[in-house]
Amino acid sequence: MRLTNKFFAGLIVVAFASAIQAQTGNQTTAGDDATAKGLEIAKERKARDRGWNNSRSEVTMILRNAQGQEATREMKVDTIEVENDGDKAMTVFQSPRDVSGTAFLSFSHVVEPDEQWIYLPALKRVKRIASRNKSGPFMGSEFAFEDMTSYEVEKFDYEYVGDETLDGQDMFILDQFPRYEFSGYSRQRVWLDKEHYRVHKVEFYDKKGDLLKTLEFKDFKLYKDAFWRPMVSYMYNEQTNKSTELITESLAFDVGIDESDFDKNSLRRAR
Amino acid sequence: MTTPMQSTPHWMTRCLNAPKLIIALCVLVTVLAAIGGKNLYFRGDYKVFFEKDNPQRMAFEEMQNIFNKSENVAFLIVPKGKDIFTPKTFSLIYGLTEDAWQIPLSTRVESLSNYQHTYAEQDDLIVTDLIAQPEVSAERTQQVHDIAHDTPEIDGRLMSAGGEAAVVNVTIQLPDGDQTQEVMQIATFANELKQQYEQAYPGHDIYLTGMVIMNDAFAVAAQEDTQTLVPLMFLVIAVMIGLITQSVFASISTMVVVIISIAVTVGMAGWAGLFLSTATVNVPTMVTTLAVADCIHVLVGVKQYLREGLAKRDAIIASLKLNVRPVVITSVTTAIGFLMLNFSAVPVLSDLGNMTAGGVLLACVLSLILLPAMLMIGPTLASSGGEQSGRAFDGMGEWMTRNYRRVLPFSALVLLVATLFSTNNELNDVAVRYFDDSSTFRQAVNEHEKTMGGMSNIDFVIYTDTAYGITDPEVLEDVEAFSQWLREQEVVHHVLSFTDTMKRLNMNMHNDDQSYYRLPEDRELASQYVLLYEMSLPYGLDLNNQMDIDKSALRIVAMLDNLGSKEFTAFEREAKEKFASLNADLRITAASPPLMFAHIGERNMKSMVWGTVLALVLISGLIVIALRSWRLGLVSLMTNLIPAGVGFGIWGMVSGEINMALSVVLSMTMGIIVDDTVHFLSKYQSARMQQKSVSDSVRYAFRTVGMALTTTTVVLAAGFGVLTFSSFLLNAHMGLLTVIIIIAALLIDLLFLPAFLLWLDRDKQQPGGHADAVNQ
Repeated sequence: MRLTNKFFAGLIVVAFASAIQAQTGNQTTAGDDATAKGLEIAKERKARDRGWNNSRSEVTMILRNAQGQEATREMKVDTIEVENDGDKAMTVFQSPRDVSGTAFLSFSHVVEPDEQWIYLPALKRVKRIASRNKSGPFMGSEFAFEDMTSYEVEKFDYEYVGDETLDGQDMFILDQFPRYEFSGYSRQRVWLDKEHYRVHKVEFYDKKGDLLKTLEFKDFKLYKDAFWRPMVSYMYNEQTNKSTELITESLAFDVGIDESDFDKNSLRRAR
Repeated sequence: MTTPMQSTPHWMTRCLNAPKLIIALCVLVTVLAAIGGKNLYFRGDYKVFFEKDNPQRMAFEEMQNIFNKSENVAFLIVPKGKDIFTPKTFSLIYGLTEDAWQIPLSTRVESLSNYQHTYAEQDDLIVTDLIAQPEVSAERTQQVHDIAHDTPEIDGRLMSAGGEAAVVNVTIQLPDGDQTQEVMQIATFANELKQQYEQAYPGHDIYLTGMVIMNDAFAVAAQEDTQTLVPLMFLVIAVMIGLITQSVFASISTMVVVIISIAVTVGMAGWAGLFLSTATVNVPTMVTTLAVADCIHVLVGVKQYLREGLAKRDAIIASLKLNVRPVVITSVTTAIGFLMLNFSAVPVLSDLGNMTAGGVLLACVLSLILLPAMLMIGPTLASSGGEQSGRAFDGMGEWMTRNYRRVLPFSALVLLVATLFSTNNELNDVAVRYFDDSSTFRQAVNEHEKTMGGMSNIDFVIYTDTAYGITDPEVLEDVEAFSQWLREQEVVHHVLSFTDTMKRLNMNMHNDDQSYYRLPEDRELASQYVLLYEMSLPYGLDLNNQMDIDKSALRIVAMLDNLGSKEFTAFEREAKEKFASLNADLRITAASPPLMFAHIGERNMKSMVWGTVLALVLISGLIVIALRSWRLGLVSLMTNLIPAGVGFGIWGMVSGEINMALSVVLSMTMGIIVDDTVHFLSKYQSARMQQKSVSDSVRYAFRTVGMALTTTTVVLAAGFGVLTFSSFLLNAHMGLLTVIIIIAALLIDLLFLPAFLLWLDRDKQQPGGHADAVNQ
């Protein structure tokens, strides 16, 4: 298949926020030191979020455009942690009514294309999607697939930029540079708090280096005494003035799912 | 010759007693005002032509907020071999598409290269860039050729139907407000890309088009004219004045008045927070016309009295006395004419009117205060020169009194016929035609017309007002029928409609079975296709250019020939009616920049006609009051109207296309027209008051103002003639029509008006008759 190598498959619509990257850097100064410190922070971030196993959540997505129009989408997301690779996720859309029951399965990978399958209830068929869509918008929102898949250290190169106080908390600021060739970004700047290594804010810069989007995480809740998850993520597109709000309505861990629930056949059963 | 022997007004003596003080004061005021100039900035974008509440602008902006913006830069790639399906050209398209993402403020790049081609492979839906790599085999180009010609979203949009040209279209997200800086950066960047790729790929021509490039062309045109033609115009005017008055000093002092008038006007505009635009950059030109006319009247008068043996100071006073009234009347009436531009539907034309009105009044004051002051301290003007031409005007007056019976019917007939031709004119505002063939933008437009067809788009939006309403099979059917109807219209050469994508997806999802290339019949299926498709598109290629966020509205983009305003708006109406006949329940709107321009001409002309009528009534009223004569007031109304009629009549013969700049010419030339009439009539009147016969009065008027009027007209015609060399047709046409009208005005005032007066007052021929012609 001549074309296959150009496609990317699989994406995981993983539990929102926790998944966002973090890390280092300022290329211009302190070179190696900044890179090393950035990587160190990134590793610590990932280390603190390891072992959560699996989760199930109900999510509402509110889209807004420059004219003030709003559109709401609801979905249920099952996610399972995968060691040494991107996570796997199953997303079932519940509203709008017309797409209710449509299910989307994705295996995210670090620098290879993700794998994705979709089940369309109206067609009663499962289709694998082969596309370069990691950079593309998720359900017409301001979130790209790559903004929502699980955070893996190896997805980026890092540079530590400095420290800052944000909302009264001490933060590291990192720049992270996507390693994935077809990422939509040239760079992301990430603010993580020094206490829990939680990401609070991310700025996304487009391929020409202009600020494209700003993402903020709010209302962190602690699960299993170890894992912090934001209940609200707010993505604002600085160029088009469109925005998307992602609200976690419910979230539970260890919900009794395993890898066998994440395959093509389970898509048909998903509701 | 005797001068009217009223006592010398106080201000005149004061000015002449302290010329240096006057000059110093003027310099001070100029400096203070000119500082305001630093607040000025230039806006080159086309939106300055539209009011914020202009309905077409509002529709367009609403559309821009709901859908992705459609302001763009387009690269038109034309290989010399007229075939884009070669590995070389593909490699160019691929590279340019990638690099175009670097254009400042770009948000979307579309081309044959990154077109998201979908097809089925067993149970897989493959979504891929059509030219996914820089090096492509000849075999692959052939495959792409077949796919492209089968895909309505590509054929005629991203490449020409004949395959001789390809397009890389870059959507730009411009900030609100003043965008000139960004537009310049973008245009510069795009130009560099174009040159870089033309060099790297010999045998390919690349042309730049699109709204952003047009905005840039507007700005460049205005700046080029300001930097080359306008200075040239000043030079021509200065030289002409010098030649005609045979005095360098006269020329210099006139230019001083002109420059101070302009500097103060523009400076005050800066203080007032106005900005410069493609329209208001003409303010200096317009202020110049009246400033020159005012000064020449004074100068010619001074020379005349010097020739009659008066001392310098006395000659200046005599000339001022003779000219104060007509100069003031002319200036006030001209200012009124320009203030009428406030009726214009084009905001920058209102600015233009207000600024020029201020400048004209300023020029009036300066020519009556500063000019005499300068003349006082400067060398005495040569009294020589002009005798010959003075005698020529005497001769002309003489000839007129003898031949008016033949001149009158003949000139009346000529004027009538010429005026009738003005019905040939048609309102036509097509922005791309504001540029002539020598501009690179117009060349790109022409090439685009040759290969792709016209580039005038109309975006139709169909609102269902329900979430996912656009996937209702009935709505899809109606949209499909509407798109089909659009395609059948001869003037339409491409229609981008989501129904094509829908049909393709339906086919893909049924293993590329051709028989499924049709709309899905099930609403849920259609909705799920949309979801599937939008989930598989990469960054910058989302569906928001065709549908809104809750899938309740759909945008259909039709590309049309570059039609005239009338046909364009007629097409808009027809299309809306067509859709209403398909589905009367759904709301449809149409918007686009070309549509905005197509409507503006009509709106503007309507308001301008009323403004002009009102101005004429006001001006004639003023003239009646100033001359204290109903009769002469009515005569002036006639001679003020006729030049415009004749001018537009001649325009109807030579061109017939009226754009929004030409609707301004009327206001602009009204000053000169009125100037001619008022000066002639006031001289005629003052002679009649001195109990001269009608014939003698006409001769007197010829002798005293013939020279000044001719000088003004020649000087201004030469000056505006320079503008006709502009590659920006808004300016070139404005210059040409102005020249036509002011020459017509002069001829009318030197031929028709005296003949008419001689005929009108023929009963009062005997000398010493009652001055009833002037005192009714």
